[in-house]
Amino acid sequence: MSHDHHNSVSVTVTVNGEQRTAEAEGRTLLVHFLRDTLGLTGTHWGCDTSNCGVCVVAVDGVPMKSCTVLAAMVDGCEVTTVEGLEGPDGLHPIQEGFIECHGLQCGYCTPGMMITAKWLLEQNPDPSEHEIRDGLSGQLCRCTGYHNIVEAVRFAADKLNNKEVSA
Amino acid sequence: MQVPAPFGYERATSVDHAIQLLEQLGPEARLVAGGHSFIPMMKLRLAQPEHVIDINPLAAELGTISIDGSDLVIGAMARHNDLLGSAVVGEHFPVLHDAERVIADPVVRNRGTIGGSLCQADPAEDLSAALSALHATAVIRGSGGTRTVAVRELHTGPYETVVGDAEMLTHIRVPIRNGCGSAYEKVERRVGDWAIAAAAAAVWMDGGIISDAGIGLCAVGAEHFVSTDAEAVLRGQAPSDDVIAAAAAAAAAGCNPTTDQRGPAEYKRHLAGELTARALRRAIARAQGAAA
Repeated sequence: MSHDHHNSVSVTVTVNGEQRTAEAEGRTLLVHFLRDTLGLTGTHWGCDTSNCGVCVVAVDGVPMKSCTVLAAMVDGCEVTTVEGLEGPDGLHPIQEGFIECHGLQCGYCTPGMMITAKWLLEQNPDPSEHEIRDGLSGQLCRCTGYHNIVEAVRFAADKLNNKEVSA
Repeated sequence: MQVPAPFGYERATSVDHAIQLLEQLGPEARLVAGGHSFIPMMKLRLAQPEHVIDINPLAAELGTISIDGSDLVIGAMARHNDLLGSAVVGEHFPVLHDAERVIADPVVRNRGTIGGSLCQADPAEDLSAALSALHATAVIRGSGGTRTVAVRELHTGPYETVVGDAEMLTHIRVPIRNGCGSAYEKVERRVGDWAIAAAAAAVWMDGGIISDAGIGLCAVGAEHFVSTDAEAVLRGQAPSDDVIAAAAAAAAAGCNPTTDQRGPAEYKRHLAGELTARALRRAIARAQGAAA
């Protein structure tokens, strides 16, 4: 049987609420599809070995390491990248937390950190310091020593919880 | 930039379709589930399949965890976090929750699957040891039908299993028996890393006696991820420090660790014994708590 090894696959994804369709090779990784094909360079590309977590995006609401997911695998899915965190009312509380608490220095890990932090707070709206550190243990930051990142997530948790109380 | 070598991409829409594609595309086709072991191997050219069959569309069909009769049934597409989040798993087999807490990190656990982990057959794969200790069976399907194999018979060597070219692992069945206690102990260099060594213990208590036992060993070159010598030491005995020490010694003596960047062989052998003892103490305590 002959087979074209460079077979391209049509991939349709709803990225940050917008439906996008593009061709990809079967072997194209989601991180490169987002950055190079769709031009969404907010998602960073780091270790390539599913260790560092800078490439984390949410697929159907669940964070995953996009260097280890084929673009073709997310056909028909909803993808949220850091570009999709900001809402009509402005920055997401997680983003505000990273600004207010100085949760970044170089910023390389920040997009992945924030995507996972958002999921973490959806699962556990009032996490302890330990639960935040455990929840973010798949992401590496070489600048901050994590302290301010934990503070940033706590800031977001408090803000989100107060919002719910007043709503 | 690390990307896999080119391959033909196919998407399976059902188990039958996946098996049909495997038959049609031949032995150089591979199934990919979560891909968190397989995609890194493809990037390094340690795996270079001609065709990749994506079975993520089967997540609904094969992603459930349920009780069927007297078995816990885990679908091959259940993700690690599904197993970790399952109350019924924690109630019956806490060894699986112990193990899942120390497998990779939460984001990887969102994607990696139970069936993929077992079929990857990495010698340091935690669930292979844990499920072997529980005397679990693997349900394997081909076009000719379904067969079952003990998980401890699944692996024929590093990265090799008895699953045929045109077969797929669909479920894991773990028999639920009274008086069970189980636990997992792992030592790793840093959080989320592969084990330097790890041990799984399961005991089934009946009237103060260990009526059956399972000892799984991970990353120490134990044949089929188990220590049948340690299991033989335990069976028919009342739990005591001496019995636990004898089982631990048997586990350490029977494994075959190698010296590598994770440590010298003798250190790993020491760990195999010590972690067996620690896992056994917790498994027995849990069995006695369950019986009380």
